[in-house]
Amino acid sequence: MKREKMEVDLMIEKSVEYRRNIIKYIFNAKAGHTGGSLSVVDILNVLYNRIMNVSPENFDSNERDRFVQSKGHCVEALYVVLADQGFFPEEDLLTLCKFNSPYIGHPTKYIPGIEQNTGGLGHGLSICCGNAIAAKKDNSPAKVYTVLGDGEMAEGSNWEAFMLAAHYKLDNLCAILDYNKLQISGSNAEVMALEPLDKKLEAFGWAVKHVDGNDINALTETLESLPFEDGKPSFVIAHTTKGKGVSYMENNLKWHHGVPSEEQYKIAMDELNLAEIA
Amino acid sequence: MAEIMANEKVKLAVAKANLETFSETVQALAAQDRDVLVVTSDSRGSGKLVPFGQKFPEQIVEIGIAEQNLVGVAAGLASMGKKTFAVSPACFLTARSLEQIKNDVCYSDNAVNLVGISAGVSYGALGTTHHSLHDFAVLRAINNVTIIVPADNFETEEAIKAAAAMDSPVYLRFGKKNMPASICSPDDLTRNNFTVGKGRTVRDGEDLTFLATGEAVWPAYEAAEKLAIEQNIQAKVVSLHTIKPLDSELIKEIASNGSPIITVEEHSVYGGLGEAVASLLMQGGYHNKFKIVGLPDDHTVSGSQNEIFDYYGISEKGLAQTALDILN
Repeated sequence: MKREKMEVDLMIEKSVEYRRNIIKYIFNAKAGHTGGSLSVVDILNVLYNRIMNVSPENFDSNERDRFVQSKGHCVEALYVVLADQGFFPEEDLLTLCKFNSPYIGHPTKYIPGIEQNTGGLGHGLSICCGNAIAAKKDNSPAKVYTVLGDGEMAEGSNWEAFMLAAHYKLDNLCAILDYNKLQISGSNAEVMALEPLDKKLEAFGWAVKHVDGNDINALTETLESLPFEDGKPSFVIAHTTKGKGVSYMENNLKWHHGVPSEEQYKIAMDELNLAEIA
Repeated sequence: MAEIMANEKVKLAVAKANLETFSETVQALAAQDRDVLVVTSDSRGSGKLVPFGQKFPEQIVEIGIAEQNLVGVAAGLASMGKKTFAVSPACFLTARSLEQIKNDVCYSDNAVNLVGISAGVSYGALGTTHHSLHDFAVLRAINNVTIIVPADNFETEEAIKAAAAMDSPVYLRFGKKNMPASICSPDDLTRNNFTVGKGRTVRDGEDLTFLATGEAVWPAYEAAEKLAIEQNIQAKVVSLHTIKPLDSELIKEIASNGSPIITVEEHSVYGGLGEAVASLLMQGGYHNKFKIVGLPDDHTVSGSQNEIFDYYGISEKGLAQTALDILN
């Protein structure tokens, strides 16, 4: 049942393929959260190809690992990775954001492979805490993962969940922050300062590690060392680049939900052909 | 005679709070099934769940005073197959955590049983922060939640059991005042039946109908008895314990004799049972005389639940007078 672990070299190739697909389907849909999908995709790559025990074959098993994408708006990255896992045919994504398509702009359970409907921010972690408590009660091997956005760290509900996860010693829970440091109105520092984040989370009772969230090798090493500490939930501060992999999108707020023009699309595809992401 | 009647009523009324019935029923369910979990927001005392916590320490999950997290965690537990009762005062549960109810429970279809305790004006003297007069309105407008508001201990027990067996979200709502074991005679088997989505006729009558819900059913029943004794007016009383889905079949059948209809609820007159029934009747082409009794859109007075009910006419006397007014 445990799925095979993908080698790092292959995951690095996958990252280019995933980025190309993210751009392709957003360009086709004329909608999507481009910058954040490009920053988070390496995290999803390593989770689904290397770390988590979840696949179309075991999705009915209550012992599968759970993933909830709390930053639901970057669903394009999730769709692309799930399609590659075989949860649904990739060409379904040509309907992305089209009228009455199930492939809407946020994750829903109507799509095979997706656990929870997210989109409102500050929701994923609480649900994961419930998953993790239930897994502990059942002595289940299921591990629980969530990806949070840096902007949604300002949601009070997250901090309620941070308290609870430590209180219940949920070391079967891992939260990963896609820390690209930009949110829709500006930098996190301008909008609502987060730092010193590691100290805050440690004070809340979490075991915290920093990692380059666009480095497949580093992500693999970090996520393979879970749990960071027995009896504590694990938090990964994954430092990422918004728009990673496309030069004109990187660290440019305009690409939060920017859609490339035809010309920009060609440039992006050329760059991603040549890119050495890792 | 009046004094004897009053004593009889006291006997009926001194059963126990629906909240007590909830606590007993959920304990019985937990004893049979270790997947039954109660989730609380520092509310085990107000939820009468201290005995539950003592008997089933592995089946109670304390969240602390964090209602958003309460509902989110409950959704996560339910999605793992746990039969989850998330218990918190209705005022907080359905306001503070409304987005979690909408997204994590209803939209994500996680079969949480949301239990709003000390609902309506149960905490009457504590003021508007502690009143829940909006919960029917907000939850009616959210897809995929059954809203059940039991009137008496009988309905409460049946509702809890039914909710535990359902694989979709449910909102249950009750107060902390003692209510009758059953508003009708306990051996009246035709009246003591409970089906989610079906109204329960607790008294027959052809002159008018009280369509009531929750703890407003009892004063409606008392008013009907008073009208019968004092005025020879026979009022039907229906407990519409399920606010959503509404028993449209029964309501239309009642409306079809043309007699007046009075709705009674411990909720704002906006967005609750009354407006749900009004919408149904108007769109169905019924033109019965019609009155919504509830709490007006006003700064709510404070006091005991009984005092507030009296003030707004959700009482034996007030409802009997409303009936006389509508008949004249």
